[in-house]
Amino acid sequence: MAWFTKTKVSEPSQKKTLGEGVFRRCDTCGATLKAEEFEANLEVCPGCGHHYRLSAEAWIELLLDPGSWVEHDAGLQATDPLGFVDSKPYRQRLEASRKKTGHQDALLAGDGTLNGRPIQLGVFLFRFMGGSMGSVVGEKITRLFERGLEKNQPVVLLSASGGARMQEGALSLMQMAKTVAALGRLRDAGLPFISVLLHPTTGGVAASYALLGDVNIAEPRALIGFAGPRVIEQTIRQKLPEGFQRAEFLLEHGMVDRIAHRHEMRATIARLLSHFLD
Amino acid sequence: MAHLEFEKPLVELEQRIRDLKSVSDEMGDLDAGIADQIRELEARADRIQRELYEELSVWHKVQLSRHPDRPYFLDYLDAVFEDFVELHGDRAYADDAALVAGFARFDGRTVAVIGHQKGRSTKEKVKRNFGMAHPEGYRKACRVMELAERFGRPVLTFIDTPGAYPGLGAEERGQSEAIGHSLLVMSRLGVPIIATVIGEGGSGGALALGVANRVLMLQYSTYSVITPEGCASILWRDGARGPDAAEQLKLLAGHAKNNGIVDELVSEPTGGAHRDPADAAERLAEALRRHLAELDAMTPEQRIEQRYAKFRAMGPFVDAAG
Repeated sequence: MAWFTKTKVSEPSQKKTLGEGVFRRCDTCGATLKAEEFEANLEVCPGCGHHYRLSAEAWIELLLDPGSWVEHDAGLQATDPLGFVDSKPYRQRLEASRKKTGHQDALLAGDGTLNGRPIQLGVFLFRFMGGSMGSVVGEKITRLFERGLEKNQPVVLLSASGGARMQEGALSLMQMAKTVAALGRLRDAGLPFISVLLHPTTGGVAASYALLGDVNIAEPRALIGFAGPRVIEQTIRQKLPEGFQRAEFLLEHGMVDRIAHRHEMRATIARLLSHFLD
Repeated sequence: MAHLEFEKPLVELEQRIRDLKSVSDEMGDLDAGIADQIRELEARADRIQRELYEELSVWHKVQLSRHPDRPYFLDYLDAVFEDFVELHGDRAYADDAALVAGFARFDGRTVAVIGHQKGRSTKEKVKRNFGMAHPEGYRKACRVMELAERFGRPVLTFIDTPGAYPGLGAEERGQSEAIGHSLLVMSRLGVPIIATVIGEGGSGGALALGVANRVLMLQYSTYSVITPEGCASILWRDGARGPDAAEQLKLLAGHAKNNGIVDELVSEPTGGAHRDPADAAERLAEALRRHLAELDAMTPEQRIEQRYAKFRAMGPFVDAAG
């Protein structure tokens, strides 16, 4: 099922078009390359290896056997329990994100197979309100773990999120407890949970299930942490050291098991699942 | 006594009453004029107090939850519990004074008590890091909760923190993992857990002690996904708009009750717990006693299931697919 190949999107801020828009310039190394070269290389700069954001749809295509993806809970929609209004009402923000992404909220979850092995897969849509976790995302993650338990399948979850969704207040906070409790049941059943930490994974998502993987795998240079860098800088009133809260920093401090290049992600997950289950 | 701006008329009136009383004491209490004046002022103080607290704004209530004289965890520990033995350290890195844990007696029976602790003097505030725990604090909490499970002792937690500390060391030592792990440990304990928000329930650092069979909130406490100041700084790039953000966040105890994230609001003495700490402690003890008796009647499996179902149901959504 390749319905998503047409909707592959990279972040506009990372895409510099020249002339007719067939070239892109890497913001990290400055190399200007054909857009197709970036896409063919899974949004990794062929020059310097910088990992740009890969869409949730492209991740699903990358990790699962062709045609095996069956999405679940696609119809779950957020309500506006607090009537939250900042510069825009929450309902308008939701509507704008739905239009932009073609999805109801910030997570896709479903069944699929990886090298023939049935797994439960979840992928965050960072473009949907910064991948923030409100009641819908929390519910979908909880159901993902519960489906893993019910079907006796491992769970693979790719996180990219700014954290809990402010617009649903403390109800978003409670999603942290809800998802972790469901993960606990998966663990008790002896089923593995592979947590893949994409750029960025912070706040209430980092501080709930995301760093509790049986294996935590991060993408190179992904920002992973409890507090955002700006908050920390304001608190300690000094500039943060280079590389702080990046995947390599977490590896060095023992918080992630591995860093996997995007080209190696599928194989890394498959090998680990085989070690645990075959 | 410290006081908030809106408490000022009341505090000043009370000072005048005290002054008059001391004058009347010196004069041998026979001056009927002064006695009348005192009675009149007392009646006025009563009225002001009632009016003042009936129409508090959201921001006033947020300020009350952070009142410098508000009873902290150790104050309730003194008032409600006996024979407290504090246990220090996470056995891995350090002892975190922002989070206090140990065992004590409640109505004669042993319970684990765990809570955030703020400081009152400048020195004490620094020592307690303003109630903002590091990873080692949460790891100590987990260690004590697991001890409680082994010895079949209920766990009572007391939440009062602006949030887990956002700093270099906290990130290096895995603040996220420490909080996540605490959520996991709490979700699996077979012993009764009661969490009470006694002041500020700030974000993940608060929830890390909050996965309980019963969640109680004192009347003037708050429970929020982010501090109002932090929220304002993200939404409007202006932390000074905290009062505006507080309106939006629906972080008061009453909101939490309406949203189904707490089981009971524990009322405070008029004007807040700091105006009569002994009375506040007695009200808290009564609620704890009642809920503990209910949880005692359950099996460990039932408690785990009840706790799971309780958090499982939180957060509204609709299913457009039908």
